[in-house]
Amino acid sequence: MIYIQLFITFFKIGLFTFGGGYAMISLIQNEVVVKHQWVDASSFTDMIAISQMTPGPIGINSATYVGYSVTGNALGSAIATFAVSLPSFIIIFLIAYLYSQFKKNKWFDAALSGIKPVVLGLIGAAATLLVTKENFIDWTSWAIFGVAFAITQWGKVNPIYVIILAGVAGYLIY
Amino acid sequence: MNIYIEIFSTFAKIGAFTIGGGYAMLPLIQTEVVTKKKWLNEKEFLDVLAISQSAPGVFVINMSVFIGLRVKGKAGSVIAALGSALPSFVAILLIAMFFDSFKENEVVQSVFKGIRPAVVALIAVPLIGMSKGMNLNRYTSLIPIITLLLIVAFRISPIYILIAGALLGIFYHYLIKR
Repeated sequence: MIYIQLFITFFKIGLFTFGGGYAMISLIQNEVVVKHQWVDASSFTDMIAISQMTPGPIGINSATYVGYSVTGNALGSAIATFAVSLPSFIIIFLIAYLYSQFKKNKWFDAALSGIKPVVLGLIGAAATLLVTKENFIDWTSWAIFGVAFAITQWGKVNPIYVIILAGVAGYLIY
Repeated sequence: MNIYIEIFSTFAKIGAFTIGGGYAMLPLIQTEVVTKKKWLNEKEFLDVLAISQSAPGVFVINMSVFIGLRVKGKAGSVIAALGSALPSFVAILLIAMFFDSFKENEVVQSVFKGIRPAVVALIAVPLIGMSKGMNLNRYTSLIPIITLLLIVAFRISPIYILIAGALLGIFYHYLIKR
């Protein structure tokens, strides 16, 4: 049943997201685009753009969005959002309970030291998998990519303005 | 004011004003929770922050659950998480409902043709700062490269690679370094 599948998928995504929203993109992409094929690559890119522009964490935003597009109703959104948040409750309750032990847990720190470089690869993979024919239709797309990269990296322009500028460019060019 | 209403409205405010990812709203949470409501002191806030960062899950939800728990137990944590998730839930649901009908519009199509490559750039940007911050050496810098290849070329699930990374970290610290 689609609701159970949605629940399991987003619970997994919540449970295995280390290192913030961008790392989460890779997990969502793998589950939602590659495995279940609920959303295609360019709709997924649109969803990230919308998530970036609307308030709230990308994990919650994408769960709500995918939940709706898969089921066509608000119940799907609610289930996916609940499922992506549930691991936080379980884990934070556990940590709060074992607070003093957790604070200096060497095993956990050791595991995290191995996870961090993996997260770097996850984000790289998320970006690479979005380089598709639908997202990069011609050389202008690459020019937009280059300018967007440069002004965010070196110009420190807020990502929201980058998306707005790219949207205006798209409107004028295409 | 009822404490639950206070928790809910504080976190709803945080949720509603977080644009562009969890870390952007850190100063806002700090002002609300430490300065205004005095639910936590500076040191407790930093502890909650450190744990929320290293624990899996959505960062803002982790923070909300932890702070809510401190303020008013399990019920407090549920209310806090609900508060921080609700504004984005409502906003995205409305957009999702209407976006499908706008999608075929020509103007929307050309706007999104411009936006898509920029989104890919936005995802790629943190890579530079993060890799500098990690002090990777000749061997550890292979980990992100192998991860990328496994996902892109072999479609391996990121979950397995994360588990392998965690085991590798434990293996290294407890066997090799000793």
